[in-house]
Parts: sequence; structure tokens; C-alpha cells
Amino acid sequence: MFRPSFKGGIHPPENKKQTEQRSVENLSIPHRCFVPVQQHIGKPAVPVVEVGDYVQVGQLIAKADGFVSANIHASIPGKITSIDKHPTPFSPAGLVIQIETHGNFTHEKAPSKKQWSDLTPKELLDKVFDSGIAGMGGASFPTHVKLSPPANAKIDMLIVNAAECEPYLTVDDALIKRSYQDIIEGIMVTRTILGIKKVIIGLEDNKKSSYLTIKNYLKQINEKDIKVALLKTKYPQGAEKQLIYSLSRRVVPSGALPLDIGVVVQNVGTCFAIQQAVCYDTPLYERLVTVSGSLINNPGNYKVRIGTPISDIIKECGGLKAEPHKIILGGPMCGQSVENLDIPVVKGTSGVLFLTKKECSASRYTNCIRCGRCVQACPINLLPFEIAAHVEIAMPQNTENLSPLDCIQCGACSYTCPSQRPVSHFIKVAQDYIRSKR
Amino acid sequence: MNQKTTYTLSLAPHIKNKQNVPIVMWLVVLALLPSTVFAVITFGMHILLVIAVAILSACASELLFRKVLGRDITIFNGSAVITGLLLAMNLPPLVPLWIPAVGSAFAIIIAKELFGGLGHNIFNPALVGRAFLVASWPVLMTTKWAPLPNGSILSGSFPSSSIVPQAAIDALSQATPLAALSSVPSVVSSVDGLYSSYNVYPLLFDSATLKSLAVGNIGGCIGETSALLLLVGALLLLFTRIITWKIPVAYIGTFSLLVFAYYYLTGFYMPYHALLYHLLSGGLFLGAFFMATDMVTSPVTGKGMLIFGAGCGLLTFAIRIWGGYPEGVSYSILLMNATVPLIDKCTVPKIFGKRKTA
Repeated sequence: MFRPSFKGGIHPPENKKQTEQRSVENLSIPHRCFVPVQQHIGKPAVPVVEVGDYVQVGQLIAKADGFVSANIHASIPGKITSIDKHPTPFSPAGLVIQIETHGNFTHEKAPSKKQWSDLTPKELLDKVFDSGIAGMGGASFPTHVKLSPPANAKIDMLIVNAAECEPYLTVDDALIKRSYQDIIEGIMVTRTILGIKKVIIGLEDNKKSSYLTIKNYLKQINEKDIKVALLKTKYPQGAEKQLIYSLSRRVVPSGALPLDIGVVVQNVGTCFAIQQAVCYDTPLYERLVTVSGSLINNPGNYKVRIGTPISDIIKECGGLKAEPHKIILGGPMCGQSVENLDIPVVKGTSGVLFLTKKECSASRYTNCIRCGRCVQACPINLLPFEIAAHVEIAMPQNTENLSPLDCIQCGACSYTCPSQRPVSHFIKVAQDYIRSKR
Repeated sequence: MNQKTTYTLSLAPHIKNKQNVPIVMWLVVLALLPSTVFAVITFGMHILLVIAVAILSACASELLFRKVLGRDITIFNGSAVITGLLLAMNLPPLVPLWIPAVGSAFAIIIAKELFGGLGHNIFNPALVGRAFLVASWPVLMTTKWAPLPNGSILSGSFPSSSIVPQAAIDALSQATPLAALSSVPSVVSSVDGLYSSYNVYPLLFDSATLKSLAVGNIGGCIGETSALLLLVGALLLLFTRIITWKIPVAYIGTFSLLVFAYYYLTGFYMPYHALLYHLLSGGLFLGAFFMATDMVTSPVTGKGMLIFGAGCGLLTFAIRIWGGYPEGVSYSILLMNATVPLIDKCTVPKIFGKRKTA
């Protein structure tokens, strides 16, 4: 059956079976939380609490520093025990506010749902800003920035990213199954803020039941401007430019942003967070995380407090079967490997994976054999092997006409390379070199 | 802080395709296995020796060369085995054993390692080895065909016909089919002057002959005789995505179109049969599926692969129809190998989102 898609891409093993049928479970509240002040792209937030202060769940503990930044809230009730350097996903020694559980949980009651239809777009946007929402798909760009396009941008379409093309990850799927009504409400809030009507939700066709759930619900509430579409299951279907192309056939020009062609893309988790912020005044202090990989005893989709260290997640999920070779925050294609278990879950952490050496298959790389698989796989139509060849002999200056800056770092070239060459890594070096010269 | 354990750090992606170079190479060897086994059964145990010598010589040359230069030992990635095997498949069945030994050593050392090893060679090593052998020992390389008096295991004996004397059939069955085609008139008239050349084409283009060509009951190089078994191997390569359809389809498609057009326009009275005869005989399938598709020496872009395949088809057509050799596959691939950098340069894909002027 025909499914919209983009050119290029790869088909890594999905590995979603172990978690896709698991409904969301709450992870117990951690004893200690390590809440970094930088969990987003932009400037780190500035702490507004002191060591020794007592905080409630959802209380502002660090304030956004300027426009491209985001507020940070306490994820557990308790006492601030330190504000110091600690490893985070963003830095080996980032500023972290450490909270130790203390006191009682009486304040953490579900507030009653609020109506938002009489709020102005500005008021709604302020709520998004106050709640410290940053993109929950992984890149963690502050959401209020994305929702405040410049006056000259003519936005006419909101695309909701539920493609979830990364192997292993099933959080978006689990979230849709659990909270599809809230997500649709969040989408309505988002489009009200943007002042538009047209919305497309895109899912890969390996999530058909979620697709039908949304479709039936939209029919039931008679909402005609929100469409939901199944896309071909292919990595990187959820990459912004590829998703826009698959769903609308619009091409984001090289070096431009989606808003230049009238599109705003939001992750489905972000839409849910917006709904929580607007309807329940709940800031972003917890999120869904897929805990998976062959080495964890109880894989699943868990609701995790932001700041929960990986070591707590391992304990809560039944421990590890063996020492992992790599621990990855996010998906295996774009995620980040971490070096120790103190690193906390942050707003952009969609998964924690515990992988064996075999799953990672990290052998030494050899000569390029010019098979052209990277060329076929590249969703941007670059010549990855050629950029890599220049960088390998330390000549990144020769790559400029090969446009490495257009690379979206999806990693498809590295994945597909039979010589195991770290192609996307080489391209990253070329990118950094060219950026440094500008 | 828990500093006891640290885990491997690396940039994304953290997973890799399991189909690495050794797996690719050994799968190609596997794909060549049906034809290889068939050749051994058809032509006898001598073939096994020819193949073994070719492979051993290829591996030994690579090992020795890289040892002397202090480079990594790469013989286990299977690429030398393929070179040896492909070279052996391009030899006449009855060659003396020193031929594959010399050919493989030349292929590996001159055509591959001197360029920098796997990935850096410009020409397909096995074909360079063959070209070297043909140029140096032309008689050995063009006369050591094995007769198939009893037919092969896949079909009965060579078709007999009442209209052509047995001696003519024997003469044809001992040559390669393409040599027979290009020398039909002389072969037949030397046996019996009564038969005009036109009387012989029906024999060559007889459905039984064409069937023999398809299954491999015919003379020829070690690995090229059975179009059917080569196709089985090719399907394995297509199925495992080691090769794409582009080069073989462009190659065989262009070749077919040109051959048919030629026979049709020159008023030949059996153009369809001639086309089928050309398609099934000689190294066309071996070349189109196993040698033109060599990753190292073919273009990297999709469009480039189509152009490369079409170029091979055009050259094979030109050599077979107008050239001095009855065969044209290996030289056309070698010639097209030389154009690969140019093809790649001219077919750089348009970058997603880049304006046309850029």
C-alpha cells in the first residue's frame, strides 16, 4: 500500500516489540533528583532557590535566562541539598540543582481541569513559557520560541510529529494510546497560539492502532481540520525536513527553517505537555521514557520525574542482566551514549537503552569500498563517503562544495556503511570546521 | 558519585547494519557457488583445481604483499577469494594450472594492492587478470574449451539435427557458442560444402540449443555456461541488497535493445532467436550481475549506475557485432570502469532543499 515518504533512508531493525504493548507505568518517586539548569537549547536557566530551601513539586527552581531559554521546576518535593556541578546529558559538569525528598506529598493532587477557550493566544503562550516546555522529541528547543514565529512568517500548517522512527523507542506510541484526547486538546491549544487551523499528525505505519485511535476520535468530535496520516516506516521519517516533505510535499530550503515555508513542527509529547500546562497548570517536571535494550530486566514505558538518575531507573526496572556496553539516552540512531549512572533524565530524554556490545557492533572501520550505500541512504542527497574521505585525510577545507552543513546528522550513512566507517562523525567534523571558519 | 563503572562513549549512531564487508564478500562467494559446483560437475575435477589455484594464489599474493608493506592482513574479508573465484570462472576449462596462478597474482598485486587495496582499485581486478592472460597467452586462453559430448547434468546432449552432419555439430559443441555464431559459415562449409550458412542458423537457434544455453549444456568459460544458475546467484545478491537492479538491468536492457535493433534492421531472418542466443551465451550474465556490479569499480549514484550499465551494454554490443573478439563483456566492463570517476562527477544528486542554481 502506498504511504507517503521521502527519498533515501534506511530500515534498521525496529526492536519495538519488547515495549510497544506495555502501557505506561509510573516509576516510583526517586529519593534524590538531579535537575540540571540546562535541559534545552539556548541559555541555561538561573537558579532561584538556595541550598536548604524546601520546595514543592512543580515549584519554579530556575528561571529562564532570556527568550531562548526555559524555566525549570522541581520534580519532587523536598529540600535543596546542593547546587553544584554534576554530569548531565548536556555537559560532563553542568550546574545541577539537587533535591532530596522531604516532607509530604499532600500538595501533589491532580488539580481540576481548566477551560482555556476564553484565553487569548498570548495568555496561552505565556502558560507554555511559564511551564518550561522544551521540545520532547530529543532536540529540546524551547517550545515558546517555536510558537512565536516572526511577524513576517506566514504559518499555515502545524505538523505533529508522532513518527517515532528511532528503533526501540515507543513513548510516543504509548502516550497516544493513553492520552490521545489530551494530545488532541494540546494540538488545539497549539494551533490557537499560532492562529491557524490546519494540522497533520504523522505516524509511521508500524503504529496503526494509535493511528486508528486518533482517527476515530477525530471523527467522533467532528474535527475536520486535524488530519492524521500514516507514513512509510523508514528512518529518519521523524526528522523535521523529511517529515514535512512526506506530509506536505513542501521542501525546506537549504539553510532555512520550517517556518520559512509556513510550517511549525511539534512533537506529540510536546503537545501533551502543552495541554497539561494549559489545562492543569502543571509545569513540565515529568515525562514518559522508554526503558529498553536487551539488558534491562523489565523494559517498558515509564513515567519518570525529570532529574531521576539512570541508576534509579535501573533499580526500578528490575536491574540489569549484565554489564551493558553502552547506555544511551534517546534512540540508538541519534541518542547520546553516557558514561555513568549519575546522569539524570531530562526534558528531552525519550529513552534509556542498555545495549550489549553485539547490539552496538562496534568493530574497527576499514577502507571505503565505494558501494554507494551512504549515497542511497542520505535523505539530503549528499555524497557522505566523499566528505568523509576528505576529513579522514585531515582536509575538511575541501568539503565545502559538498555541502556538509546540509547534513541533518541522522546517522543513516554510518548505519548502512559495510566498512563500519563513522561517516556521519566525519561529516560532523567537516561541519564544525566550516562553522569555525565563518 | 559513582565513578566505578564507565561505559563506552561514542557519537551516534550506536547501532550498525550487520552486513559488513566480510559478510557482503562471503555472500557474493555463496552466490557464485551454484555456478561453481555446476562447472565442477560438468567439466570435471580439473575445474576444482583451477579454482583452488586461482583462489590460493589470490590470497597468497595479498597476504604476501600486505605483509611486506606492513599493512593489515585483509584476506579474511573474502575479497581476494572473490577475485580468484571470478578469475577462474572467466578461464577456459582446460587451461594449465599455472594460468590461474599467474592471473590471480597479477590481478591482486597489480590491479588491486598497488592502487591501495580494496576500495582504491579503479579496475575490476579479476577482469584485469583475465585481460592480462588473454593478451599474454592468447592461444591458451581461447582454445582450451571442453567438449560436452555427453551433455551436462541439467539437460541431455547437444541437440542433433538431421539437416546438419554430426561433424558440424561436434565442431560447434566444442567451441563456445559465440565463437560458433561468429564462425558458423566456415565451420559448416568446411565439413560439408553443400550447406549454406543459412541452413545452420536454425540449428544454432533451435529451441533445444537455446535451452542448452540457459541451463549450461554448452561450451564456454568455467563459470559462464549456465545462465540459469548465474541468475539464481544474482537473485540472492538482489535479495540481500548487495547489488541493486540498476546496473544489470541497464546493462542487459541496453544490450538487448541494440542487438535486436541490429538484427532487425539488417534484415536478419530470426532476430528474436539471435537476441536470445546472445543473451544466454557467453559471459553476459556473469558480467552483468557479478562483475559490472563490483562496488569498488562502479558508480555510487543511482543515475550513474544506470549510465554505467548502459555503457557496458553498448560496448558489449559493439565488440560482439563489429569487433574481432566473439566475446565483449570483460573489455566493455573494464572500459566502463575507467569512466566511473567521470560518471560520478556528472551525476551528483541535487541536494534536498538546495536551489537549482547552486
